[in-house]
Amino acid sequence: MMYVLAIFLPLLASLVAGLFGRTLGDRGAQIVTCGAVGTSALLSIPIFLTVAMEGHAVTITLLSWIQSGTVDVSWALKFDTLTAVMMIVVTWVSFMVHVYSVGYMSHDPSIPRFMSYLSLFTFAMLMLVTSDNLVQLFFGWEGVGVASYLLIGFWYEKPSACSAAIKAFLVNRVGDFGFALGIFGAYFLFDTVSFDVIFAVAPEKAAATVVFFGHEWHAITIVCLLLFVGAMGKSAQLGLHTWLPDAMEGPTPVSALIHAATMVTAGVFMVARMSPLFEYSATALMVVTVVGAATAFFAATVGCVQNDIKRVIAYSTCSQLGYMFFAIGVSAYQAAIFHLMTHAFFKALLFLGAGSVIHAMSDEQDIRRMGGIWRHVKVTWALMWIGSLALAGIPFFAGYYSKDVILEAAWAAGSPVGQMAYWLGIAAAFMTAFYSWRLLILVFHGKPRADERVMAHVHESPAVMIVPLLVLATGAVFAGWVGYELFVGHEQLHFWAGAIKNLPEHPALENVHHVPGWVALAPTVVAVSGITLAFIFYLVAPVLPGLLAKTFNGVYRFLLNKWYFDELYDVLFVRPAFRLGRGLWKGGDGALIDGVGPDGVAAATRVIAARVARAQSGYLYHYAFAMLIGVAAFVTWYMFNAR
Amino acid sequence: MTQTFAFSSLVPALPELFLTVAALALLMLGVFRKEDGCRQSTLLAIIAMAIALVLTSQLGGSVSYAFGGGEAGLFVMDGFGAFTKAMVLLGSAFTLGMSGTFLEREKIGRFEYPVLVLFATVGMMIMISANDFMSLYLGLELQSLSLYVLAAYHRDNLKATEAGVKYFVLGALASGMLLYGASLLYGFVGTTSFDGLAKVFGAEHAVRPSLGVIIGMVFVLAGLAFKISAVPFHMWAPDVYEGAPTPVTAFFAVAPKIAALALFTRVITGPFGDLAGEWRQVVIFLALASMFLGAFAAIGQTNIKRLMAYSSIGHVGFALVGIAANSVLGIQGLLIYLAIYLFMNTGVFAIILSMRQKGRLVEGIDDLAGLGKTHPAMAFVMMVLMFSMAGIPPLAGFWGKLYVFLAAVESGLMALAILGVLSSVVSAYYYLRIIKVMYFDEALEPFDRQTDRPMRLVMGLSALVVLVFTFIPGPLLVGAKAAAAVLFPAAAG
Repeated sequence: MMYVLAIFLPLLASLVAGLFGRTLGDRGAQIVTCGAVGTSALLSIPIFLTVAMEGHAVTITLLSWIQSGTVDVSWALKFDTLTAVMMIVVTWVSFMVHVYSVGYMSHDPSIPRFMSYLSLFTFAMLMLVTSDNLVQLFFGWEGVGVASYLLIGFWYEKPSACSAAIKAFLVNRVGDFGFALGIFGAYFLFDTVSFDVIFAVAPEKAAATVVFFGHEWHAITIVCLLLFVGAMGKSAQLGLHTWLPDAMEGPTPVSALIHAATMVTAGVFMVARMSPLFEYSATALMVVTVVGAATAFFAATVGCVQNDIKRVIAYSTCSQLGYMFFAIGVSAYQAAIFHLMTHAFFKALLFLGAGSVIHAMSDEQDIRRMGGIWRHVKVTWALMWIGSLALAGIPFFAGYYSKDVILEAAWAAGSPVGQMAYWLGIAAAFMTAFYSWRLLILVFHGKPRADERVMAHVHESPAVMIVPLLVLATGAVFAGWVGYELFVGHEQLHFWAGAIKNLPEHPALENVHHVPGWVALAPTVVAVSGITLAFIFYLVAPVLPGLLAKTFNGVYRFLLNKWYFDELYDVLFVRPAFRLGRGLWKGGDGALIDGVGPDGVAAATRVIAARVARAQSGYLYHYAFAMLIGVAAFVTWYMFNAR
Repeated sequence: MTQTFAFSSLVPALPELFLTVAALALLMLGVFRKEDGCRQSTLLAIIAMAIALVLTSQLGGSVSYAFGGGEAGLFVMDGFGAFTKAMVLLGSAFTLGMSGTFLEREKIGRFEYPVLVLFATVGMMIMISANDFMSLYLGLELQSLSLYVLAAYHRDNLKATEAGVKYFVLGALASGMLLYGASLLYGFVGTTSFDGLAKVFGAEHAVRPSLGVIIGMVFVLAGLAFKISAVPFHMWAPDVYEGAPTPVTAFFAVAPKIAALALFTRVITGPFGDLAGEWRQVVIFLALASMFLGAFAAIGQTNIKRLMAYSSIGHVGFALVGIAANSVLGIQGLLIYLAIYLFMNTGVFAIILSMRQKGRLVEGIDDLAGLGKTHPAMAFVMMVLMFSMAGIPPLAGFWGKLYVFLAAVESGLMALAILGVLSSVVSAYYYLRIIKVMYFDEALEPFDRQTDRPMRLVMGLSALVVLVFTFIPGPLLVGAKAAAAVLFPAAAG
């Protein structure tokens, strides 16, 4: 009961706030949604204790959904350690964001709609993490996609928000197409979509092959790669990442909840969930590692030169997701989920902190026009520092534990791609520290660059916005320290209780404890040097960045334009698609289908009707002639058609 | 050889005899009365038809013959005859009932009108019961001559007289073809009796009938096709429908059509029953051409009477699909189709007869604009009837089409059925256009209120039948099936 309630309360609240928002009023909608999600959050604690700490995994079947032939899909809620961890993260971050939104969105005219969307998202995300089969997972997957679309385009009067929402939707479509194919593939291979059955049968199918395009392919590899395409879309990995920075057009709490803490990590969760499958495909794991490491590095480089406060953090998210994926690639799923959890706290903290800054700066988002405001917003300033420290992986903050273990696991995997991932990860860690402090310094320190009118308005946010930040900050400080032993330390086998599978051939996580000292130390060293460099660049010698940008103008422009991904896609896909669409519309639909179809038939009908009417001349001899011709034709027909 | 004449041998023809006597009596009555008693004569004529209907219903139980020896008699009465005669009588009575007011207003209300209708009806009934080309021609001409006069009944009206002349000339041509065909048949076979012909064609089973017989049959069919206005013998219909006074048009569209189709059916299943392989090609062509021409030509029309002419051409095409099937199912479908057609058409003409603006009759489709607002009840009836004509389920018209197409498919005429459905899609356009005009176009001058009670009765009844048929189709289906089975004694056994 408790389990079901925890999942469905947000849905209920969403419906109530969405449908009766007018009657409830702003305050009512806020109370209903916050109350429901808060209850869910509270319930997730006992669930976590029962399921994860005491090891009582349960599956609750709600009702049968699709039964057709061998397809048998039920609505069922599966609670194991992985789910419990995700539930804690999702419900708590979501609760904090709900509360924060009460303050942040206080001037918005459509509060009930916003709160309803937020709760709808929470429900879909919970559905995603609790599903016990691929189809239900897909339902949740699309559900969060829809909620994300609605929330990115929440300010639908803004054209940029609308196009960002459409872009997110379309890019995710590419990923979802792969994901759907992956589900079909899994069904083709295992004749079921239920996780438990698939995982039980997976070892037997380890060597199975399928013939496709005349080649024999390793079946599980194909399925895993297709599923990973879905994960890449949702989790904004290199190639399908372009929607995430644009998604910052949505309200900041949305960015914090969906595009930092929860939805974008759905890909990581899904791959971790499918670990019993991925373990049997070395190729798929290698691809995951390479893509993850490349994303971590790429996004970090772009993050260094962005000027929009939210975009910097968005690229940072992208980069951190890359970390999680290459952790998965070296079979350190536990580390990935661990980082997912700590990241959720400190990234949500950073986003909400950024929101607080934007709020204080009268909706200014360009960090070049901020600076020197730390005196006015001391609490926000302190919290942003905590978030950045955690992000950069400075010892004893949450990010330190999780990022370290990921990098160590990459090294410990002992494979070439693992090595590559380690070095790219180190480089990214350096840049992470650099851009985090670049942001901190440009926003809070130095001389104010905003005009006086804005500066006069700078003020600390209300308590309703600060308290959630404090809660998240607590997580950002302690989550790593508390979770380390459980998630990736010596108790991990007992803790995960089979929710994640590691084959003996992939001992990366075991070997973490036996890596050379310099490997463990390196991340901290680069982080500190990154911070130092940022201080030199932006406080001590502010002329340096400009000089650098001028000297390496090509590189700078390349980074500033995000490696020209958007331009590339524009040339490769968008414009051809437009051209194709225009061609099909004008030529195919307009000329061919309409021309031959509806319009053509209608025109032909009119022409025929006119001809027939003209034959009706009114002259008697015409009519008689027609009759005689008719008889003559019949007679002729029979004369020449005689058998 | 002397034959004793017994009055009992005339019993099968009792309804016809009664109607003939009634018509003569009404004629006398009219001549000897001083004032024009149109209303009175009409009422009496309707009563006479009602009595004939009762008499007819008593006779359909078994097959019986009159005027001649046994099966070779000139006249046959059976279940099929009773069913179709009942429809003809109903159609005549309805349309006669709707005429009174119109004739009075147009100042042509004279007593000859009901008498002519009665004679035409007698002719139709003789056609239906014909068992010999002699009686066939007799009935046909009695009906036709009455109709020629009726078409030109409004003799001061240019259009009406033109219609009468056209109808007469073309009708004479068609009669000539029919006679020529019959004489060819007689020349090749040696008999004009349906039973005799059937025996001859049935006997020489495997042998292909000579070309002379085939040509004779084609001519006979052409003559009959003129009467049912099937393409390409249809061209008189639009002009006559438009020109003739509206009550006459209503009469033309219903009773003679049913009678001619019944005659067509009897000829094709009786004497030519064993030549199905030969006539089927002609019937299929007639059906297709009629369906498509009816559908396409109606689209361009602006006059609703002309539109109804094309509509009835299309309906004849659908009915011919049932005949082409040449099975009990097909004829059953045809009879169901005709019964539904009877009610739909009388209903529509009742509305057309109500299209008056300030006492002046209008006939344009555009004049219906805004009827949904000005006369909601009338518009509703019209909408139901139009949907039914277009064959939209669950209205009766849909079932009529369904049964004939079903029979065609059962008989292996898949292509015919598909083309028929396609043409019915095209025809839906102009039926729906009328609904659109009634409900979505701006209202012009509203029609005068319809106060004529029989008219309202007919409207209500037709809408009711069309609406209710879906729920209680039983009686009609059973009756039609029994009537159809009579024509296929082999299949029934």
